[in-house]
Amino acid sequence: MKTDKLSTKLDLPWLLKMAWRDAKASRMRLLLFTASIVLGIAAVVSIQLFRDNLQDNIKNQSKSLMGADYLIDINETPNERAQAIIDSLNPVASEVNFVSMVVFPKNGGTKLARVRAIEGPFPIYGKMVTQPEDAATTYQQKGGALVDATLLLQYDIKTGDSIKVGELTLPVVGSLSSMPGNSAVTSSVAPPVVIPRHLVGETNLLQFGSRKEYQYFYKATSETDFIQLENTLEPMLDAERADLDTHTSTSRRLGRRYENMGKFLNLVAFIALLLGCVGIASSVHIYIREKLTHIAVLKCLGASRQQSFLIYLIQIAGIGILGGVLGGAIGIVIQESFPYILKEFLPFDVDITITVQPLIFGIVLGFLIAVLFALLSLLNTWYVSPLQALRISDTSTQKTPKQAKLIVFALIIVFLFLFSYWLLDNVLYAIAFVVGMLITFAILAGIATLTMKMIKAWFPKTWGYTTRQSLLNLFRPNNQTLVLIVAIGLGTFLISTLYFTKDILLSKTAIGDSSGKANIIIIDVQPEQTEAIEKTIAANQMEIIDNIPLVTMRIHSRNGVEANEAEQDSTLRIRRWVYNHEFRTTYRNHLVASEELLEGEWTPEVNSGDVIPISISENVAESAKVTVGDNIVFNVQGVLMETVVGSIRMVDWGQLQLNFNILFPKGVLENAPQFTVLSTNAPTEASSAQLQRTVVADFPNVTIIDLRQVFTIVDDILSKVSWIINFMAFFSIITGIIVLIGSVRTSKHQRIKESVLLRTLGAKNQQILRITALEYLLLGMVGSLVGILLALVSALLLALFVFREAFVPSIIPFVVFLPAISVLVLGIGLSNIRGVLNSSPLEILRREV
Amino acid sequence: MSKILKINGLEKTYTSGSRQLTVLQNISFDVEKGQTFSIVGPSGSGKTTLLGLCAGLDTPNAGSVELCGYDFNTLNEDERAQLRNREVGFIFQNFQLLPTLTALENVSVPLELQGVKHAAKRGMELLNEVGLADRFHHYPSQLSGGEQQRVALARAFSNSPSILFADEPTGNLDDETGEKVIKLLFDLNKASDTTLVIVTHDLDLANRTQQILRLKGGEIITNQPTATH
Repeated sequence: MKTDKLSTKLDLPWLLKMAWRDAKASRMRLLLFTASIVLGIAAVVSIQLFRDNLQDNIKNQSKSLMGADYLIDINETPNERAQAIIDSLNPVASEVNFVSMVVFPKNGGTKLARVRAIEGPFPIYGKMVTQPEDAATTYQQKGGALVDATLLLQYDIKTGDSIKVGELTLPVVGSLSSMPGNSAVTSSVAPPVVIPRHLVGETNLLQFGSRKEYQYFYKATSETDFIQLENTLEPMLDAERADLDTHTSTSRRLGRRYENMGKFLNLVAFIALLLGCVGIASSVHIYIREKLTHIAVLKCLGASRQQSFLIYLIQIAGIGILGGVLGGAIGIVIQESFPYILKEFLPFDVDITITVQPLIFGIVLGFLIAVLFALLSLLNTWYVSPLQALRISDTSTQKTPKQAKLIVFALIIVFLFLFSYWLLDNVLYAIAFVVGMLITFAILAGIATLTMKMIKAWFPKTWGYTTRQSLLNLFRPNNQTLVLIVAIGLGTFLISTLYFTKDILLSKTAIGDSSGKANIIIIDVQPEQTEAIEKTIAANQMEIIDNIPLVTMRIHSRNGVEANEAEQDSTLRIRRWVYNHEFRTTYRNHLVASEELLEGEWTPEVNSGDVIPISISENVAESAKVTVGDNIVFNVQGVLMETVVGSIRMVDWGQLQLNFNILFPKGVLENAPQFTVLSTNAPTEASSAQLQRTVVADFPNVTIIDLRQVFTIVDDILSKVSWIINFMAFFSIITGIIVLIGSVRTSKHQRIKESVLLRTLGAKNQQILRITALEYLLLGMVGSLVGILLALVSALLLALFVFREAFVPSIIPFVVFLPAISVLVLGIGLSNIRGVLNSSPLEILRREV
Repeated sequence: MSKILKINGLEKTYTSGSRQLTVLQNISFDVEKGQTFSIVGPSGSGKTTLLGLCAGLDTPNAGSVELCGYDFNTLNEDERAQLRNREVGFIFQNFQLLPTLTALENVSVPLELQGVKHAAKRGMELLNEVGLADRFHHYPSQLSGGEQQRVALARAFSNSPSILFADEPTGNLDDETGEKVIKLLFDLNKASDTTLVIVTHDLDLANRTQQILRLKGGEIITNQPTATH
């Protein structure tokens, strides 16, 4: 007997040749597989790249965003100690800014503006873009103003015309297109007006109660260590209620702000990618099943398990790489468009750089997901017995061992976890995402199995032939029920979840009907001005809707702990802003619609000398670590006032109205120094403009916010946000459709021989059509209905635990997605057998062999 | 004459649900090198299962198969595949050409698996011998049944096998075409001095071989030389 070793050598060029030969014959199907992952990769690549580019830009532009290396800001006139620190660091420039109404005497136009009174060569980095160009450097000497270019256009004001800021009238010396510290959104609410700081006193606007911010700009040396600077200066400045902002901390903060949006978009892209994975998994499953006999023949001819496996692995890897190249390329193109779509949100320009990295990222991603999600099916090529070539396909043929399947499942789960963790940067969310997907998968597979068992158990034996044949197709050997219900269900689930989530997100920011509500808010009204302004409003045939007194105060201590003690004792975990913040509080004897009592009891009124029970908002309670019954001492304009937390309220800050962190009952603050906020409803734009002109002319210190403008701007921003959300959702939906086409189209070969056989036996076209139609319609309906119901549950959980919003499910998935997906599946299913109906049976059999 | 195939005490059972199904039991016989040998029997007698075991496509529950001096019990699946590639040719009832490869590519595969450099040249020679040189670039779906089986014949002989297994080689062909294919099979076999093992229920075809093994219910009824040989 011979005992010499029989070994197979791996011939890579031959494996590639075989993979190519086989792929050529199935190119349309393979291209369809590729298409199912292209859009997902494109979405991930484009969003990931944009996020990277954004971060790089923020990092690179942080100095010019701030206009300095670092700055000190303070919301009140610096005291002596604060001024000493500010001066010791030798500021290059300084600014005091506040929001005020400005007037254009030429035509009487009025507008809320952010007045920035600057002294010195600001900005140190970046530049103010003005027309004429030299206005940015000469306005201080000339004693003129630089006014936002859009504002000038709106009010038809030219250089040389004048502008009135409070009681100061000065010439407009230039139009201002951009400057550090302003974004399109902030500018659209309160466009910037830059004036020389030495003239700010003449405006007479910096009175008691008015909001203002002092900023001092510094240039660092090359040796400056910003971390050390922050560590040394911040405690000193905190004590004086001032803040230090370095360009590095700004870049970190900005990065975090845009990170959240990036995370949501990433999640959406991931869903598109996952849909592609489902597509690959289900399509390759059917594709490989059809190839098993060919692989068995190859094994009969002497191909080893490794060779047979590698031929198909190379094909799938090729699909992945091709998908990656195409997806990466599309991603780059999409990425180019993001800055244009998002420019309103960003306070700086984003320069997109094209590198080879996205392409490599796309290729690696495509390769990974294609191979990973096809691996379970590919393993069948390893284990298929050559005996299958001899028409023996019973239990003796080898099946993929459970252990190998479990390893592949584990790999997929690990990949999903790592990828979602990388995108979401939160272990809990990543685990929840993966567990959610697994539960969904298990439920869908369970329902598919249950459907088959139920049809088998209660098979309607007396029904007509075509119906029985359709129902038989659902559970007999070689059925496609499990694969298609899971693929259709998972696709519908992801698309519907996205749709429901989109609804939650958009309703969170939607503006309610504002008719009859206050749309003009007049703030900074001094007590002696209130009556006169009320009269002016009445003279314009408008009603006062709110007359809200405002009293500013700071927290002096909570439960006896003062600011410096709280800072030293980190175990208290009190947020620093609580002590630094100047709270604008009010007093009234009722709660309003945007407030909901969470704990304690609301006291409407107290008598003089009683304990003062105040109501605080949930977020302040959390930051100050106080609860009902705790003691808070306020510093009200130098007078200490002891209070007790009587209740905690949930405040809906999303509503465009005046809301308060701290609310006093009546009978306490009536005699404290205060100013008033008045609101009214101006029915038309003209009446609003008329009222603004009259009030600003008589009372230059007050600020008028025209909510109609804010409504328009916010609406515009929201429509852009929803455009982006819809755009990304569109990606997923298109991918879902491609996946459906891929899965159902791949099942073509399953049924075609049977249809031909039926035709040969004398079945009419109509009968074949009915059999096929009912089978696919049932699969489409069960898959999409279960998918939508699961999405409903997942969206409800997301609303409860992630977005913390009420969830009112949209009816769209039920009335649009369910029938549309069912009809789509039906359409593709019927198109599969079109050839059978139009050609002779022999022709089809020959072609499909 | 040396023995190319030695079967000893072969037994094969399948599990169907909870039932054990014995398909072959107590099968022992030898095949001489260069001999033509047929296995006959009614449907379900275990002919094809026996062929699968002889070619190392499956493993028995008991007994041994020794092919070209190698005991299959000592070889793993890849080693058995390698042995097939070196020593075995196959002809299937339903031709089993790879539908995604052309006629020439189908014929060349066994040689390519061996790493032979001019596989295509040898493939063309074989296609020429079976009279299909002008159809080399056609896919199986573009060929008739007879043509497909001729391509399968060319493929079976392409690696110059020591032994050729044919499973109902005319089962899917009409009489006239079947006769042509069988003539070609015997001619090529004679020319290349290959051992031929045919599984068939066609007694006329079996009678053209030197030895007939009759199976019934998974057991050998007779194993004797044909009258003409």
